[in-house]
Formats: sequence, structure tokens, C-alpha cells
Amino acid sequence: MNNLLIAPIILPLLTGMVLIVFQKNIMLQRILSLVALLATIVTSVLLMNQIRDGGIQTLQLGGWEAPYGISLVGDMFSALLLLATSIVSVGCLVYAFSSIGRRQEKLYFYPLFLFLITGVNGSFLTGDLFNLYVCFEVFLVASYVLITVGGAKRQLRESLKYIFTNIIASAFFLIGVAYLYSITGTLNLADLSIRISEIGQDGLITTVAILFLIVFAMKAGLLLYFWLPGSYSVPPTAIAAIFAALLTKVGIYAIFRMFTLVFYHEPQITHLFIGILAAITMILGGLGASGYSDLRKILTYNVIISVGFIMAGLVSLTPAGITGSIYYLIHDILIKAIVFLIGGTIVHLTGTSDLKNISGLIRLHPQLGWMFFIAALSMVGIPPLSGFLGKVFTTQGVFEAGYYWLGIIGLAASLLILYSMIKLFMNAFWGETILSVEEEKGTTKGLLFPIALLTVASVALGVGAEAITGYVAQAAEELLNPNLYIQAVFE
Amino acid sequence: MKPNDVILKSVTRVAAVIISTFSIYLFMNGHHHPGGGFIGGLSTASAIVLLYLSFGIEKVRENIRVDFKKLAAIGVLIALVTGMAGVVFGKPFLSQAFGYYDLPIFGNTELASALIFDTGVALAVIGTAVNIILSISEDR
Repeated sequence: MNNLLIAPIILPLLTGMVLIVFQKNIMLQRILSLVALLATIVTSVLLMNQIRDGGIQTLQLGGWEAPYGISLVGDMFSALLLLATSIVSVGCLVYAFSSIGRRQEKLYFYPLFLFLITGVNGSFLTGDLFNLYVCFEVFLVASYVLITVGGAKRQLRESLKYIFTNIIASAFFLIGVAYLYSITGTLNLADLSIRISEIGQDGLITTVAILFLIVFAMKAGLLLYFWLPGSYSVPPTAIAAIFAALLTKVGIYAIFRMFTLVFYHEPQITHLFIGILAAITMILGGLGASGYSDLRKILTYNVIISVGFIMAGLVSLTPAGITGSIYYLIHDILIKAIVFLIGGTIVHLTGTSDLKNISGLIRLHPQLGWMFFIAALSMVGIPPLSGFLGKVFTTQGVFEAGYYWLGIIGLAASLLILYSMIKLFMNAFWGETILSVEEEKGTTKGLLFPIALLTVASVALGVGAEAITGYVAQAAEELLNPNLYIQAVFE
Repeated sequence: MKPNDVILKSVTRVAAVIISTFSIYLFMNGHHHPGGGFIGGLSTASAIVLLYLSFGIEKVRENIRVDFKKLAAIGVLIALVTGMAGVVFGKPFLSQAFGYYDLPIFGNTELASALIFDTGVALAVIGTAVNIILSISEDR
């Protein structure tokens, strides 16, 4: 029993509720939400160290033993994601302070932001399939509101699509939960894992596994990403950044959890299927990223490529592959927030997202330009930046497992990332400076600091990778060995 | 033409009291039998909505001066804080306690911390349900 596990869920939720009561006091809203998220960082670091020393931590809510009660399970994989989530959320929150606008701040922006984090953290920590569904709904409902913040016409149009696709996916999620419950009679993930390994993963269970894969693929943007470029390019920058950094990653987390803990018996069917989806996703994402000349479109297609790449590591099911995926997942959470914040700042400065009308920003905004350059190199995987280790290990794992085609497509996709990011960099930052300081639509006052904060975190992740190697290795070992998870829940 | 709603108003005056009483019964019953904070709160909300329907939003708002958004938030806060009480005593989150006490008038009564949790749930449900109806009715 470890009550610390509830803290990353309770802290933002409690603060959000307090903030609803004090709706009018903006200063208090800012301070309290920042304090809550900083406290979440501290608790996730504490959790990481406890897990390193004492193995997987569990909490049976209300003292009702698993599998009858609700279990919270924190393994190293969840703890690492929790830490990345809370760092990114602090960055985006600080960015929102000076960009979101007084009116939105009064209209429950901060509580909603905190509820989003509550749902994401809850999804990482829950050890129960139905509670995973509930946590998904918590952050989805918050995101439904956040995507329309500002209320522009195209936001309402895109939010409608976003809500419809997600409601359909959630309905399928529930159907899958019902199937699984009728087959096994339990929804506790550890118990599910035991029962499925006892009765064997027959055709029916594999079909249910594919159903879950479709649901999570829709949330993660794995092939079923048709809703993503639209919905991620309409909300205000701070919100788009947190969406790009976190929401697809929760889907990825769910796929990892389900296909390493529960449905791991038929990898030649399920994991191969994931591999094919990942390959197509990377190809289509790469084509999108290199084809468009709209800043926001390029960035959203880069989100899609990375989803495919992270999945490639899961497909391999080797220690190297999983390690690579975890590195890349953490790296990607940070880097997607950075590039979306920078992209949003460029649009804020120039008033357009069409690359043809943006040029020569580096003369007036050198910091912005160089931070974007670092982020671009990091996304491609240039050592010693943070994307490098993820790419190396994932590629190594995929080749070891014999999926040569997947590894080659992954590397080709990296080239397309390089092409699209350099295209963006050269167009937006090089060339003739067409806008003088007076002509710019906004200032970067208060916007550079959060970006710098996240860039430092990202560079530290790359340069100081040695420090977290042990944690990542432990996370990979726990993912590849479901018995550790099961023992921790039923100890 | 002014709508004739004498019947609705007269019935509401009686029905609202009956519904509220029944919802308190449901709420208290929930500890050992079917009922509890959620459906107790929902039936209370139905009584309040009935009042809104028959007497109009303005009039009810003058008499029930409650911000239902805040009510919902406070409800969740109460529930969360009750859950946290277990943590203070070194038990898992959401642990509950109960005991039997001799109270004046009631005699030997069971008091349970789950009741406080349920109060929070009830307030959250009332706040949310009434709020949904109000925002739909205000939308023109």
C-alpha cells in the first residue's frame, strides 16, 4: 500500500475544484494551479525513487483487495510518463499565463486544464480497465471544452469532428470492456492477465484485442489519425501544445499496457498488425509533413510520424526496442510541446501560419530560432540530443526482432522529419526579414521563458541520459515481464 | 395569452416537498439498502428543476440563492477530503470508518464516514444536474 500513488490524481483534481469556487480571482487561479503542478512533479520524482528501491507500488482504494476493489498501480513506465507529463504541463501552463487572455481565464480555463492533467495521470496509474475508460473520459471531456476555448467558427467545426470520433471510439472501448468481462469475468488488469494466460489467448480474445487496438489507435492517431491534423491546429497555442504532447501519448500508453500485460500471447498476429499500422502511419505522416507548407499542418503530421515510430519498439518486443520506445516517448512528450509552443508563437507574431508569408524571423527573434533549431535536430535524432537514444534503441530492437522493413521505414521517416523541420526552419527563420518590430502582430513577452524551460529539460534529457538509464531499463524490464506487475498487485 | 398553469403550480407546491422528503429517505437508506448519494442527489435535483419549471428561473433564483456550479465543486471537495481522511490515519485512500453511538432521541445509532462522502456526492450531483438544465434553458 502506497498512498503517494493517489497524489498525482488528487492534487490537480482538488485544486481544480477549489479554483471553480474562486472563479473570479485570476491571480489565485494562476498561483494555485502552478503550485499543484509543481507538487505533482515532486511526487512523481518521489514515486520514481520508491519504485526503483521497492519495485512496483500499488494502492488498493478503500482497502478492498484486488481483484474486487479498484487498484492503482505505479510501475516505472507510469512514473516516467507522470514526470514528463507534469513537466510539460507546467511549461504549457506558464505559456498560457501570458497568452490565453483574461476572458478565458475567467471562464474556467485553469480548472479545465487541471482536470485534463487529472485524467491523463489517472490513466497512467490505474490498474483497472474500467477505470482506464473513466480516466480517458475525464481528460476527453476536459479536452472537448478546451478545444473550443475562444469560440472561433473553425474551432467549433473541428471540435464537432473531434467529439464525434472520440465518442465513437469510447463506445467501442465500452463494448470491448463488456466483451472482455463476459469472457474472463474480471476487469482488473493483473487479474485479466492471469486469466487469459490460464485459458489461453484464443481467436475470440485476439479479436477483442484487435477491437481494443482500434479504439486506442483512434485515440493515439495510429493510422486512424484523420481527425488529428484538424483538431490540433485550431485551439489556442498553449492548449494545442498540451494536446500534442499528451493526448496521443495516453493512447500509446494504453496500447503498451494492454499488449505487454494482457494480450501478449499472440504477437505474430496482434503485434505484426500493430507493426503494419505503424509502418503505414509513418509513411503517410511523413508524406503529410513534407507535403504541406502550412506551419501547423507540418507540426501535426510530425506528431503522427512519432506515434508510428514509438509503436515500432513495441512491435519488436525486445528489451532494446521497448527501452527505445520509452526513451522516445518521454522525449516526444517534451519536444512536441516545444515545437507546438514555438509554432504558435510564430503564428502569434506574424498572424499567419502559411510558410510562404513568413520569413527572416531569426533577425529579431534569435532565441526563438535557435530553440526551434535545437528541437528540430532533437526530433531527427542527432546526438547528443534527446531523440537520439530513442531512435538508436528502437531501430536496434526492430532489427534484432527481424522486422527489417519496419526499421527501414522508421529511418526513412526520420529523413522526412528532417526535411520537413528544416523546410520550416529555413522558410520561417532564414531569408529576408519582412516584418519589422512595429509591424508584428504580437510580442514574445512572457512566451519565451516557458519554451526555454522545456528546451532545457529536453536538452538535459539528451545530455544527461546517463542519469535516467537505470530507470528506463527497469521500466522496460517490468513491461516485458508481466509477472512483476501481477505479483505487485496480488502481494 | 397568458398560459394557465394553476394546476402545475399547485401540484408543484406539494410535490416538491414530497420529492425532497423521499430523496432524503433514499439518501439515508443508501448505507445498507438501495439508494445513496447519487440517486438521492438526482431526485433532489428533480425537485429543484420542477420548481424552476413551474415558477420560472427568476423567481426560484431569488429564493434559492445558490450558485450550482460552486455547489458541485464543493460537493466534490467534500468527497475528496473524506477520502483523504483515511490517508491521514495511514489507511489507503477512500478508507471508511463506522461505529455505534448512543445519541439522545435517536438511541443506538450507526454513524459512518461514508455518509459524509455521500453528502459530497449528493451535492455534486445536484449541482451538476441543475446546472445542465439551467444552461440548456438559458440558451436561446
